[in-house]
Amino acid sequence: MLKVEELTVEVDGKPVLRDINLEVPKGEVHVLFGPNGSGKSSLIMSILGFPAYRVVSGRILFKGQDITSLPINERVKLGLGVAFQNPPTIRGVKLREVLERLVSQGGRYSSLRELAETLNFPLDFMERDLNLGFSGGEMKKSEVIQILAQNPDFVILDEPDSGVDVENLQLIGKVIKKMIEGKSALLITHLGYILHYIDADEAHVILDGTIVCSGRPLKILTQILNEGYAWCRKCPKVRRERCER
Amino acid sequence: MVQEMPESKKRAVRAISKPAVYGPDLDINGYSRSGEEGYRCPLTELPEDVVERSLEVGVTPREEERSATYFQIDHSVIFSAVREMFKGKVEVLSTAEALQKYDWFKDYWWRIVPVDADKYTALAELKWDQGYFIRILEGEKVTLPLQACLFISTDNLNQNVHNVIIAEPDSEIQMITGCTVHRNVNRGLHVGVSEFYIKEGAKLTFTMIHDWSPRFDTRPRTGALIEEDGTFICNYICLKPVKSLQTYPVAYCKGANSRARFNSIIYGSSDSYIDVGAKIVLQNEGSRGEIINRAVGKGESTIYARGMLVGERANTKAHLECRGLLLSDKASIYAAPELLAKTNRTELSHEAAIGKISEEEVCYLMARGFSREEAEALIIRGFMDVDILGLPEELKKRIEKMIEATTERAL
Repeated sequence: MLKVEELTVEVDGKPVLRDINLEVPKGEVHVLFGPNGSGKSSLIMSILGFPAYRVVSGRILFKGQDITSLPINERVKLGLGVAFQNPPTIRGVKLREVLERLVSQGGRYSSLRELAETLNFPLDFMERDLNLGFSGGEMKKSEVIQILAQNPDFVILDEPDSGVDVENLQLIGKVIKKMIEGKSALLITHLGYILHYIDADEAHVILDGTIVCSGRPLKILTQILNEGYAWCRKCPKVRRERCER
Repeated sequence: MVQEMPESKKRAVRAISKPAVYGPDLDINGYSRSGEEGYRCPLTELPEDVVERSLEVGVTPREEERSATYFQIDHSVIFSAVREMFKGKVEVLSTAEALQKYDWFKDYWWRIVPVDADKYTALAELKWDQGYFIRILEGEKVTLPLQACLFISTDNLNQNVHNVIIAEPDSEIQMITGCTVHRNVNRGLHVGVSEFYIKEGAKLTFTMIHDWSPRFDTRPRTGALIEEDGTFICNYICLKPVKSLQTYPVAYCKGANSRARFNSIIYGSSDSYIDVGAKIVLQNEGSRGEIINRAVGKGESTIYARGMLVGERANTKAHLECRGLLLSDKASIYAAPELLAKTNRTELSHEAAIGKISEEEVCYLMARGFSREEAEALIIRGFMDVDILGLPEELKKRIEKMIEATTERAL
């Protein structure tokens, strides 16, 4: 479904990703772990094609098509959908306008009310400026609602569980679980809360802009939570791979 | 017997060469004073080319959509009437008629705007071409907007109108004034003096839409006096090119708990020179003020967005917000917010920000399936947020359409 090959990316001339190889087959859910600043969000921005993330080498394939030089909206049309970690505030642009557009492009929901109810989201937020004065939880819900409206084949979720209280986490977790049924997904999580609700097939650890190890999500998460990323840095496998370069 | 020249005329004569504080200094003798001779006619019989242009500034020939209408072309009043169901609630006359009809009218003439403020106010006194007198009677809540159109149909004409608006105690109304020119008009000068009297507990929302031509100059001069518990909301919208436009309306919150609010949405394009300010003076306990500016600079336009809040009494509060969006490196926006506190018990604040379209916002919307052009249009349109104007649905929709057309043109 999604294949990233030998991807090296710069922002303002500074390398942020190097030689990334990642493949998410159809129907699988993969998780990205990594400390702050390791390159998780950079990988997502690169997959989406944000112009500031300049691909130096390598390529990105989606559904077999090379999308490395497509503009963001063309990638989205092919079936990529993303819930951002920190979406920007856009004054004067209503959430409703964005949702209506997404639904009209092939979403599966018939009404905004239905969408809002799924996540217990106040309907009057539809008429508010995008993310203006939204709380952390509201912002996450607004992002998930947009993905629901879009109904993409491949779902990217950047920390859907950060800054959300327990009750809302439960709700968001359940909605996401249902949303990605039968789809492929790439998920970033720091503390792994969302993994209580979602069965992931494979996890990858990013350190200093490159994937250093891959394996079973819960096993890797347990190690990270117990010993931190220092454990990854000490890992013989990781060290060997680095020595080879 | 030689009749003595009234005091206002004497002051005007002395000020006729006095340049304005802001804006390019114009040669006021460079324009024609002979406009087309107009005759009164029903709104429905206005020529199509006049209707077409007036619609673009929110003035409709459909009388049933408005409580009353005033229509002036060049120096002549073409139409002035109150609809049957609003008679006794609101009064509309030309200011010349009002001066003849009411002895007390002179108490409202040049009482807020000084006649000798500059050469333009002086010109409006010495070469005065009508304008409207609108009075909303005590306790009347007028449910449909009232409209006025100041139209110029002769090229290189100078039109000087003087308007007086009185909202009697506890009255309420929405007013829309459109100022525009015939599409054959290339240059000219419009001076518009407007004096607003908002009495105890009255609420007036005034929306002015300007649509000139690229070589046209305009100098509106506006003042408002707000009594106890009164509210004055003044919206100004200018989305089309103009040679030069300079205005700096002032609202005096004279009564306790009076409120004033100025909102402006400016879209500067080609080589327009636009200098728009607003000033609120908080003169009594509990008075509140707000100024919100949105300016978009495109082409080689120059925009000045000024604002001043003056807190003279305790327990007063006001805020000024000025945002600029630059779409071109050849355009410029100058934001000049000023605060003057004369007591330590007034709370004045301002925020000003100028920037270009945020790439982060564009990318976000593209990730929702919008093309880059669509995303930019959405952001510009959102920036010129009509919601700040506090308008009824019909007027809001009308202005939204104008802004949509503007953003489509922008890209």
